[in-house]
Amino acid sequence: MNVGVLALQGAFREHEQILRRLGQQVTQVRLPEHLEQVDRLIIPGGESTTIGKLLVAYKLVEPIRERARREMPVWGTCAGMILLAGQIIEGRPEGQPALALMDIVAQRNAFGRQLDSFEADLQIAGIAGEPFRAVFIRAPLITSVGGDAEAVATLDDGRIVAARQGRLLATAFHPELTDDTRMHELFLEM
Amino acid sequence: MEKSTFRTKAGLAQMLKGGVIMDVVTPEQARIAEEAGAVAVMALERVPADIRKHGGVARMSDPEMIQGIIEAVTIPVMAKARIGHFVEAQLLEALGIDYIDESEVLTPADEHNHINKHKFNVPFVCGCRNLGEALRRINEGAAMIRTKGEAGTGNVVEAVRHARQLFADIRRLQSMNEDELFVAAKEMQAPYELVREVAEAGKLPVVNFAAGGIATPADAALMMQLGVDGVFVGSGIFKSGDPARRAKAIVEATTHYNDPKIIAEVSKGLGEAMVGINIGDIPEGELLAVRGW
Repeated sequence: MNVGVLALQGAFREHEQILRRLGQQVTQVRLPEHLEQVDRLIIPGGESTTIGKLLVAYKLVEPIRERARREMPVWGTCAGMILLAGQIIEGRPEGQPALALMDIVAQRNAFGRQLDSFEADLQIAGIAGEPFRAVFIRAPLITSVGGDAEAVATLDDGRIVAARQGRLLATAFHPELTDDTRMHELFLEM
Repeated sequence: MEKSTFRTKAGLAQMLKGGVIMDVVTPEQARIAEEAGAVAVMALERVPADIRKHGGVARMSDPEMIQGIIEAVTIPVMAKARIGHFVEAQLLEALGIDYIDESEVLTPADEHNHINKHKFNVPFVCGCRNLGEALRRINEGAAMIRTKGEAGTGNVVEAVRHARQLFADIRRLQSMNEDELFVAAKEMQAPYELVREVAEAGKLPVVNFAAGGIATPADAALMMQLGVDGVFVGSGIFKSGDPARRAKAIVEATTHYNDPKIIAEVSKGLGEAMVGINIGDIPEGELLAVRGW
């Protein structure tokens, strides 16, 4: 299996390192021709405005949407989740491009600024054993799920921080910043 | 739930990797930077080229001006405090800034001590010219490092010197027997634990950007190919002929740093770059990179 990691900007090497530890072949995706080589795609954390603009400038929006419609698994972490959301509320600069593949509503910078970044232990549907240590950095939140999208992880107060819809996965936190590979394993089995 | 752990501090810098952080002096410039694809902006009153020109004591910017920039954009906002000026840093933290640059571009407030950055919830980035300096800053709590270069010159030569020195220092540690790391730590005046960590990992424990003198898309790609994680562009954008276009071109060159065809394409017709200064023409007392201990 060849796993693509969108490498326009952000924590793509962190994802790459975990995937290699899991024995996967990894391709950095910066141009449409790179996308053709991969079987699935991770959109990493980073700045969603920056990644969104580069997706448009290098003509990746439609090819990614097209592949996802043909059942290519896609996982977005943080900025990647914002790009996957069908609707983005608050804090979205006008005209920010999006892949809009999932029936979820995302709120950018939902917890506040960097001083409100945090770590928390989560129970995630599909991941057995110890709680998952999740790192939230200027993180977004899923304010609602619709269609056949379903919440797979919530904070203690019930707010949704991960969702799945068919072969699409979105997490508001950064599994690539920890040594825990279980979330990546879950994605590889999707 | 635990807030402001070192992992969240260093983690924000990891999210900025592969990106360009731009100096801005007004909310309008901040919006231009965001629109061009900057991953963060550095809010300051005068860009380094003007600090250099006007002389005098350079201090933290007016909180009102910083607030205006925070309100203008959704990307992270950084601001500079003087070396050792922990009260300026306290003010920036109170303003809700996302990252503090304890910067040699401002006039140092303490010629012996840097800020004890462990005491803060807000993360810090600090400059370095070599590995020892980087590890001293990390030991004080810095969650991100940038090579210093020589700010406000539009001349990339010092940025290259400092990045090459840093990576050469790391390679030298990697070639050492573990018995030799104790003396290496002593010689580079850095804590042994961090020296050992770098020797094992072959890289700094935090993200490392380049700064100081980057003025063109090719400069940005040069630093990326040398091995840094991203770039700061100070005077290079808003002191040029067409800031919006140059900013966008530098962003794209940083992403596609290994693709000369794309870098050539984005470099076309950018208008005038900022006027550069040769390092040898700067009087010794006015060199910024030597500040920091």
